[in-house]
Amino acid sequence: MFDFTYIWVMIIGFGVLMYVLTDGFDLGVGILFPFARSEEDRDILMNTVAPVWDGNETWLVLGGAGLLAAFPLVYTVFLPALYIGVFLMLAGLIFRGVAFEFRFKAAKGRRGLWNAAFFGGSLVATFAQGAVVGTFIQGFETENFRYVGGALDWLTPFTVMTGLGMIVGYGLLGATWLMLKTEGETQQWARGWAYRLLAALMVFFVIVSLWTPLTDEYVRGRWFDNLTWLWLLPLATVLVAARLWRSLNRSYEATPFLYTIGLFALFYAGLLFSKWPYVVPPNYTFQDAASAPESQLFLLIGLLFVVPFVLMYTAWTYYVFRGKVRADAGYH
Amino acid sequence: MELDPLLLSRIQFAFVVSFHAIFPVFTIGLATYIALLEGIAYRTQDPHWARLSQFWIKVFAVVFGMGVVSGLVMAFQFGTNWSEFSYRSANFLGPVLAYEVVTAFFLEAAFLGVLLFGRNKVPPGVHLFAAIMVAVGTFISSFWILSANSWMQTPAGFELRDGMVHVTSWLEAIFNPSFPYRFAHMAVASLLTGGFVVAGISAWYLLRGHAVTASRRALKMTLIMLAIAAPAQLIIGDYHGLNTLEHQPAKVAAMEGAWETQEGLPLLLFAIPDQANETNHFEIGIPKLASLILTHEWDGEVQGLKDWPAAERPPVGIVFWSFRTMVAIGMVMIGVALWGAWLLYRRRLVDNRVFLRVLTLMIPLPFVAVLAGWFVTEVGRQPYVLYGVITVQEGLTPSLTGGMALFTLIGYLLVYAVVFTAGLYYLTRIVRKGIPEELEEQQDPQGRPKRPLSAADTALDEPST
Repeated sequence: MFDFTYIWVMIIGFGVLMYVLTDGFDLGVGILFPFARSEEDRDILMNTVAPVWDGNETWLVLGGAGLLAAFPLVYTVFLPALYIGVFLMLAGLIFRGVAFEFRFKAAKGRRGLWNAAFFGGSLVATFAQGAVVGTFIQGFETENFRYVGGALDWLTPFTVMTGLGMIVGYGLLGATWLMLKTEGETQQWARGWAYRLLAALMVFFVIVSLWTPLTDEYVRGRWFDNLTWLWLLPLATVLVAARLWRSLNRSYEATPFLYTIGLFALFYAGLLFSKWPYVVPPNYTFQDAASAPESQLFLLIGLLFVVPFVLMYTAWTYYVFRGKVRADAGYH
Repeated sequence: MELDPLLLSRIQFAFVVSFHAIFPVFTIGLATYIALLEGIAYRTQDPHWARLSQFWIKVFAVVFGMGVVSGLVMAFQFGTNWSEFSYRSANFLGPVLAYEVVTAFFLEAAFLGVLLFGRNKVPPGVHLFAAIMVAVGTFISSFWILSANSWMQTPAGFELRDGMVHVTSWLEAIFNPSFPYRFAHMAVASLLTGGFVVAGISAWYLLRGHAVTASRRALKMTLIMLAIAAPAQLIIGDYHGLNTLEHQPAKVAAMEGAWETQEGLPLLLFAIPDQANETNHFEIGIPKLASLILTHEWDGEVQGLKDWPAAERPPVGIVFWSFRTMVAIGMVMIGVALWGAWLLYRRRLVDNRVFLRVLTLMIPLPFVAVLAGWFVTEVGRQPYVLYGVITVQEGLTPSLTGGMALFTLIGYLLVYAVVFTAGLYYLTRIVRKGIPEELEEQQDPQGRPKRPLSAADTALDEPST
C-alpha cells in the first residue's frame, strides 16, 4: 500500500505553520493591547484582527483532530506531558475569544475587564505555545509509547525562555501586522514596538541557537557533524532580520510583516530539521507515531475535499477585509 | 485523603461534556426550526416569518458560539486525561472525530456566514439554501459524534492487534449496532429541546402582549411539531432500550434496578438502590410491567445485576434515577404537547394563560432530560470506556496524578462559570429585547467579523428598552 504518512507530514506541517503565522499575529495584537496609546486606538487594534481571528484558530482545532487521526502518538504524548500547559492555553484562548465579542457590546466605560481578559488570555496562550516548542526541543520521557514523566517537566528554565521568546515573536508579528493595517500615529506607535521586539527576538534567537546544541547531543550532531548546508538557515535568518530592520527604517508598510513571516518560517524549518525524523523526541520518529494506513486514507479523502474550501474561504475573508482600519469605521 | 485521578478525570469529563452537550442539542433543533421559518417566509413573502427567523438566528448565533468554545476544550480532553484510550482506539476515533471537526468547519466556512449576515446581500433563494445547509450540517456533525459514542458503547468492525484497534470495516464500525437508535433518539431530543424553548419563549411574549401575531404563529407551528415528536420519542426510546438490552444488558438491569434475574420483572416507580448490599430499599413497583416493556411478554425473563461480578456493574443509583428523571420529563412533555394540541384544535390557545405559563416553565426541562439520558447511557456503560474491551481505569492517562486532575477540574469550573454566566446573561438580554417590530436593516459588518456572536447586536450592559 502507498505510504500516506508523508502526505500527512505535509498536511500537519502546513497546518501548524498556518496556525502559528495567523493566530500568531492576532495573539501578538493582544500582547500589545495594554500598551496602546488610547482606548480609541484599542478599538482600531481589535478591529484589525476581529474579522479573522476565529478563522485563524480553526487551524488549531483542525491540527488537534488531524494529529489524533494521523499521528496519534504525538497527540497522546504531547497532551499528557503538557497537561497543565494545555489547560492554560485553552483557558487563555477562551478568555480572549469571549473578550473579543463582549468588549464591543459593553458600554464604553466598562471595557476594562474585557481589555484585561484580552491581554491576559493572549499572553498566557502565547507563553504556553512557546513552552510547547521548548518541550519539543527538550524531549519527552517515554516508555513503550507512553509518557511517563512528571506534571511540570515541561516547565524548565529552557521552556520558560522559549515561552518568553514566543511572546516577543508573536508581539513582532502583531506589530508588523498593525503597520500593515493602520496609518498615521497608530502606525508609528506600532513601528516603535517593531524595532524593540525585533531586537529582543534576535537576542532570544541567539540564546536558543546556542543553548540547544549545548544541551542536546542529537541536535549538536545534526548541526556540527552532518548536514552542513543547514547553516544556510541561520545565515538566512540574520539576512532577513537585517532586511526587516531596514524596511522599518524606510517606513515600508507591508514588507515588515512579510519579512516577519519569513523569519518565522526559517525558525520553523530550523526546528524541524534539527529534530527530523523525530516527532516525539528523543525516542519516536514520525513513522513510529503514524496511525494505520487505512485510517490515514479514510480521513485523507474527506480532507482533500474540504481543505481547499477552507483555504478559499480564508483567502476570501482576508480579501474582503483588506485595507486600512480607521477609527470611524468598524464598531457600532 | 488520596486524590484519585480516575474519579477526578471522570468528574471533569462529565462536567465539560455535559456543559458542551446542552448547546449543540439546542442548536440542532433550532437550526431546523430556522430553516423551516425561512422556507415559509420564502413561500409566503409574509414579513412576520422573516422577523421571527431574524430573531431566532440571533439566539442561534450566541448558542452556536458557546458550543464552539466548549467544543474546543473537548477536542483536547481525549488526549490530556484519556491518552491510553485515545492511543489504542485512535485508528477509528481519530478519523471519525476529525470528520466531525471538518464538517463543522465546512459548514461554518460555507453557509453560516450567509445565514447570519447575508439576508440583504444574497438572493432570498440562496439565503434559504444556506439556512437548510446549516441545519443539515448540524445533523451531519452529530452523526459523526454519535457514531463515535455509539462505537464506544457497542464496538464493531475492528480487531485488536497488540491491544491497538484496527478497523476492519468502516461501514460496520460507523454504523455499529446502537448507532441508528442513538442517532434517532438524539435527533428527536434536539427537536423537542428546540421546540420547547421556542414554545416557551413565544408563550412568554404572548403573556406580555409582545409581538402577538408573530408569537402566536410561532407557538402554533411548534405545538403541532411537539404533539408529533414527543409521543414519537417514547417509541424511539423504547426501541433504543431494546437495543441496549441486547448489547448492554447490565445497563438495562441498572436502569430497572433489577438485582435478581427473574420472569415478570416489576416496573419500579420508586426505590433506593443499595450497591453494597445488592438490593433496593422502599421499592414501589407495578408488577410484571418491566418485563412487558423489555420483552413484550408479561412473563419474559430479564437478567439481573447479580449475573455480573460486582466489579463489572455500573453504579446503579445514578443510572436508575437518571433514567426515571428522563422518562418522567418525557411524559410531562407528551402531556403538555397533547394539551396544547387539544387547545389548538378548540381554538383556545391564546386565551389560556395557565397553559402559556406552564409552557414558559417547561423551558429548562428538555435540557434536564437530555443530560439525564446521557447520564443513563454513559454511567450505565461503566466500568468500560470501550464496552467490553477497555475499562476507564485502563484508558486513563498513565502519567496523570490526582493533583493535576484537581487543578484542571477547578480551572475548568472557573473558566466555564465566567464564560457561560456572561453568555447566558447576554442570551436573556436578547430574549428580553424581543422580536423586532420590523425587519431590521442589517448593518454592514465592515471591519467587524462575520462570525456567530456578531450577528447579535444587543448591547451587553446598557439598559434595555
